[in-house]
Amino acid sequence: MSRFRNWFISAVVLLAGRRAKPGAPQSERILPEGEPRPGSEVLAACLLFGCAFFGAAFVAVYALDRLPWTTQLLGASLGLALACLAAALVVVAKRLVPDEQLEEDYPTAHPAASDSIAQLVQESGDRFTRKRLVVVAAGAATGALSLAAITPALSLGPALDPDVLYRTPWRPGRKLVDERGRPIRADGIEFKTFYTAFPQGAEREELGAPLVVVRLDPGALALPAGRGSWAPEGILAYSKICTHAGCAVALFRTPLFPPAEPKPALVCPCHYSTFDPAAGGAVLFGPAGRPLPQLPLRIGSGGVLEAAGDFSGPVGPSWWGVRMGKPT
Amino acid sequence: MKRLGVLAVLLLVLGLPAAGGAQQPKTSVQFPPGVPLARQGFYLYAQNCASCHGDRGRGVVPPASQEAPGPIPGLGPSLSGVGAGAADFYLRTGYMPLGEPTDQPKRSPNFFDDNEIRALVAYVASLGPGLPIPDPHPENGNLSEGLSLFREHCAGCHQILAEGGYVTGAVPPPLDRSTPVQVAEAVRIGPYVMPKFSERVISDDELDSLVAYVEYAKNPDDRGGWALGHVGPVPEGMLTWFLAATVLIGACVLLGQRLRR
Repeated sequence: MSRFRNWFISAVVLLAGRRAKPGAPQSERILPEGEPRPGSEVLAACLLFGCAFFGAAFVAVYALDRLPWTTQLLGASLGLALACLAAALVVVAKRLVPDEQLEEDYPTAHPAASDSIAQLVQESGDRFTRKRLVVVAAGAATGALSLAAITPALSLGPALDPDVLYRTPWRPGRKLVDERGRPIRADGIEFKTFYTAFPQGAEREELGAPLVVVRLDPGALALPAGRGSWAPEGILAYSKICTHAGCAVALFRTPLFPPAEPKPALVCPCHYSTFDPAAGGAVLFGPAGRPLPQLPLRIGSGGVLEAAGDFSGPVGPSWWGVRMGKPT
Repeated sequence: MKRLGVLAVLLLVLGLPAAGGAQQPKTSVQFPPGVPLARQGFYLYAQNCASCHGDRGRGVVPPASQEAPGPIPGLGPSLSGVGAGAADFYLRTGYMPLGEPTDQPKRSPNFFDDNEIRALVAYVASLGPGLPIPDPHPENGNLSEGLSLFREHCAGCHQILAEGGYVTGAVPPPLDRSTPVQVAEAVRIGPYVMPKFSERVISDDELDSLVAYVEYAKNPDDRGGWALGHVGPVPEGMLTWFLAATVLIGACVLLGQRLRR
């Protein structure tokens, strides 16, 4: 805390202290000397601090993430920060820097000319009497805006704790419920239609929550080894999230007359990844790189469907951890 | 005599392609009054359908050893228990008769006239209890409920304005020519590779709303005027900006040109 106070005091001293002008011999002026405009200077500094404030507000709103109207607040804070910056630049340009318009022939390059240009630039800043204040304000504005610009990169994913990508709400015994929260009974699952299911009493927005449930002829199943008991009565549950880009697997191709028509498949409408529900979600077609994760099912008391374990593989689009295997 | 021979050859050449088409020509029979519809349908069935659907609708299925749909001529499902609804749907959409059993049925002109369809439907219905022809009332439906049902169950394949789309291995058709009865039948049957939706999934009342939405989607209310993508005024507005900007830039270029003296 005391360190923070020291920082604060030194910042105030730096701001308030004015360095004496360097006593370099002044050559003859090119620009007529303009009178200082302390009012405009303070206005510009205020606007830059305003920019810094709203830039910081953007970061604060982003970090809190619980306010109502978050999107509107984010937009308003960033917009106001940029508006303050623009207003500050306008004030500087209109009131503090000479804006005389001159016209002359294009100058031939000459070393002496560059000296006078440097002098011209030097003298242009004459009206700034509180240079340090304006520089600090500009620095604060730049810093806050840069921070605001890179903050949304945090949304790219859990960089520090990738373990959340493996977690799903499914545990042995957790019941399957429909969109309205009613438990799904095994005898309510009909052939040639498909159902969306969620875990009872768990967050539905999680990547691992939604399931697509279908019923196939038990005799037609060719599940991978070890999954023999995963599909009671031929009822199969797969993650509804495509392993390619994370869209909802919303299409169920199901033949009316199997001998003459394409075999059953779960299809993702985004890029037409096609999975075989009879073969453990194996990829039949499309850009998906691995099977749709299957959830083992069992029929609990009262004929209600419930999970018998967790998925057969990581849910959702593939990422580096999928190849490395789940840490234990 | 020679001229007659040329004429005969010409007739033969012209007549052959017509006879060799996928659909054999039906022979129309005038039934005396009093013959029951199902009986009339039986004759039509025997002439036109039995080659694939088998004797008395028992179906023609491949032997159990053959898994993939191979080159079996005349493969067809049993019609016992499919009901009048399925027969009405397949015949009035022109899905049946189908040239090649492994083809996807496509909407085409009706092969049978109205009387013949009624006779065939009555015959298929007599093969076993099944889905009756549904009687949807889109005027009782709720359009916004229909939209949300359509979005949930149908739009994945048929697109949100029922323009049709794709799944791997099949082409979901556009619904712009489907009658309310046909939409209701399709929902309950699940033709070809479409899922079927029983009354537990979509109730009859919800079906009314769904049909009302499909009827609406035939002539959607295009707020933008030009119906670009049917998604409201945004694409039209962008195009207008683009056109207007071009005109404005052209005007600026003209105004900014120096006078030539």
